[in-house]
Amino acid sequence: MVISLKELTTKELLAPGHRLCAGCGPSIATRMALKAARGPLVVTNATGCVEVSTTIFPYTAWRIPWIHSLFENAAATAAGIEAGFKALGKRKNTKNHIDIIALGGDGGTFDIGIQALSGALERGHDFVYICYDNEAYMNTGIQRSGATPRGASTTTSPAGEIIPGKRGLKKDFIGICVAHQIEYAATASIGFPNDYITKVRKALEVNGPAVIHVLAPCPLGWRADPINTVKLAKLAVQTTVFPIYEVEDGKYKLNIRIKKPIEVEEYLKLQGRFRHIFNPKFRDVLEAIKQDITTNWERILRLCNVNP
Amino acid sequence: MTLHIVKKEYIRSETPSLSHVKDSSTRVQNGSVTMKNQEVVGFNGDEAVAYAVKQSDVNVIAAYPITPQTIIVERLSEYVADGDIDSEFVCVESEHSALSACIGASLTGARVFTATASQGLALMHEVLYATSGLRCPIVMAVVNRALSAPINIHNDRSDMMGSRDCGWVQIYAENSQEVYDWIIQAFRISEHQNIQLPIAVNLDGFVISHSMENVYVLPNKDVKKFLPPRKTRYKIDPTHPISFGGLFLQDYYYELKRQQEEALRQTSKILDQVGKEYYKISGREYGSLEVCGMEDADVAILCMGSTAGTVRSVLRKLRADGKKVGLIKLWLYRPFPIDELFSVIENLKALVVMDMALSFGAPFGALCSDVASILQIKKKDLKIFNVIYGLGGRDITPSEIEDIFNDALEIAKTGIVKDYVKFVGVRE
Ligand SMILES: Cc1ncc(C[n+]2csc(CCOP(=O)(O)OP(=O)(O)O)c2C)c(N)n1
Repeated sequence: MVISLKELTTKELLAPGHRLCAGCGPSIATRMALKAARGPLVVTNATGCVEVSTTIFPYTAWRIPWIHSLFENAAATAAGIEAGFKALGKRKNTKNHIDIIALGGDGGTFDIGIQALSGALERGHDFVYICYDNEAYMNTGIQRSGATPRGASTTTSPAGEIIPGKRGLKKDFIGICVAHQIEYAATASIGFPNDYITKVRKALEVNGPAVIHVLAPCPLGWRADPINTVKLAKLAVQTTVFPIYEVEDGKYKLNIRIKKPIEVEEYLKLQGRFRHIFNPKFRDVLEAIKQDITTNWERILRLCNVNP
Repeated sequence: MTLHIVKKEYIRSETPSLSHVKDSSTRVQNGSVTMKNQEVVGFNGDEAVAYAVKQSDVNVIAAYPITPQTIIVERLSEYVADGDIDSEFVCVESEHSALSACIGASLTGARVFTATASQGLALMHEVLYATSGLRCPIVMAVVNRALSAPINIHNDRSDMMGSRDCGWVQIYAENSQEVYDWIIQAFRISEHQNIQLPIAVNLDGFVISHSMENVYVLPNKDVKKFLPPRKTRYKIDPTHPISFGGLFLQDYYYELKRQQEEALRQTSKILDQVGKEYYKISGREYGSLEVCGMEDADVAILCMGSTAGTVRSVLRKLRADGKKVGLIKLWLYRPFPIDELFSVIENLKALVVMDMALSFGAPFGALCSDVASILQIKKKDLKIFNVIYGLGGRDITPSEIEDIFNDALEIAKTGIVKDYVKFVGVRE
């Protein structure tokens, strides 16, 4: 299933004029997700850049019902919304289905919100969770998260004289979701809109929980030129840094094959957060990053049953 | 403005007053006594909560178990499993998620209930503020229990007192009957279009939650009539999209909070109106506070919850000895019933305020701090002292209460307060 451009709504459900930065990846991720709407929908948003910058009172950029209350509870809120719809529907026999999307950044998802998400996935609520991943807590000023890749310099994993940025790997978020045996989970990148929007629609069609993990570069946090947001989102995929795949009923499928990966340096060099690893004294970090990428890519290929 | 004060006689009447019920002949039926249209059922406090929720036609329940609240979630789960109620029960993975789910459900326009205690309430702390700030009318039973560390599952009120500024209406019940009556009324008050605020109905852990008592329950149809389905304009509606919970900065946040405070302050008025209506169907009278012996009392104890029962029984004894003692029982802790309190303490010489929670390092326990601060406005000459008691489930005995009354009588005579804060019932 690929939804054609003609099928997409021409309505801008996220109005222009919000205060997200020029070149903001998450704003693109949000707008595109709403293009996949198949009918009425409500979004519940975790605290973060998207939430804060789209709703500065008395304005709102949301042309659909939208709820924010806290940082770590988007999935729990979605669960409550679903329960409310169900209970009221039971009584009034309403056929008017309203889709529910919970939207959170990588901090609100990988870290502080993982418990609420796990609970909601396990209970099987009918909603779509979209994690826009800009690989750090950007709203509070670029702090590391469980999604920050090795070596990236953030304000809480600064590249110092001794410690070269974040140590350790990015979590296998989709793996965590798949372990809940949900029907649908997928990665996506705003650099590949067709794939992404199709996946959001697919997730909405699922009767139960579905998860989308979308890479959405943050020029400010990545210390990159805002003009390069989409380029970076593409390069992440083309270098195999961020594999694009989906998992249906536990079955992995690679959606974007990368026959000849682009050199990872091309991706890293556009980002100031990795500048230090090109210092010869941190050569080993660059090597470790490359090794992480290869190991992960091979793991995904294995899971997807694809020969390298 | 006439203030509504509920008075209880200290001369005991033998039968429970059901004056509005014309035929109060009783018959024994399946071990329970039916009085005209109200049945008497044996319930502990938790069961009384669950039964009231069942009758209140709640759409969504989201809760997480914790002693001594567990019986509530168990009973509700059974009601749902047996098809006795068609509520959605979201059996969440934490209290944080419980109340978060309640927010989501409430914003769909549903009637919503949850229950917790102690650590659960503490874990909800930030969500409490979100609930009131978003003006979600949710009813929560808080089964008061001590806070860790060290861990202790028994009754005190550190949990709710630690969250007292969260913008929720806070009610304390004295026994299972009151628990039942308050839960039903709480939905009406909470969902009132001028209020739209969450309400916590507090009941003392074990002392109420696990003590079996006779509870008069209303017929389903009476509750249904008293509590029609919730109506609200402010909900998730794709044809009228609303953004709930956006960012309010320096230019608007304060106004919003001021409105919230105004709504909370209006609650006592609405609570009285609802109480009057409830009296008509139940014969039981409720308001912000209840007094006993305050017409001519020289000294009084002000307390909340189950403690009032013990105080009242001691009061009866002392009254029989001719001692002019009184009791002020607060049902409503937030908003604080300032005017009602002033109206009953006019001729008082000494007042004891009893706190079942510590406010570490503060001049008094929280309840006494409130009382002391308002006395400063109108009644500086009233002698006051604070009793801290009952921490971690330590019983407060009738003889201790009697000593407290006698201390107060002594102060009334001499005008001298020696200890402003007394830790009663502790080994020192
Ligand atoms: C309980 C709690 N802890 C911390 C914060 C502060 N906080 C707000 S947003 C945020 C980071 C959000 O990061 P992420 O989820 O990655 O979204 P982004 O800012 O990148 O959009 C933090 C730490 C909070 N609001 N609530």
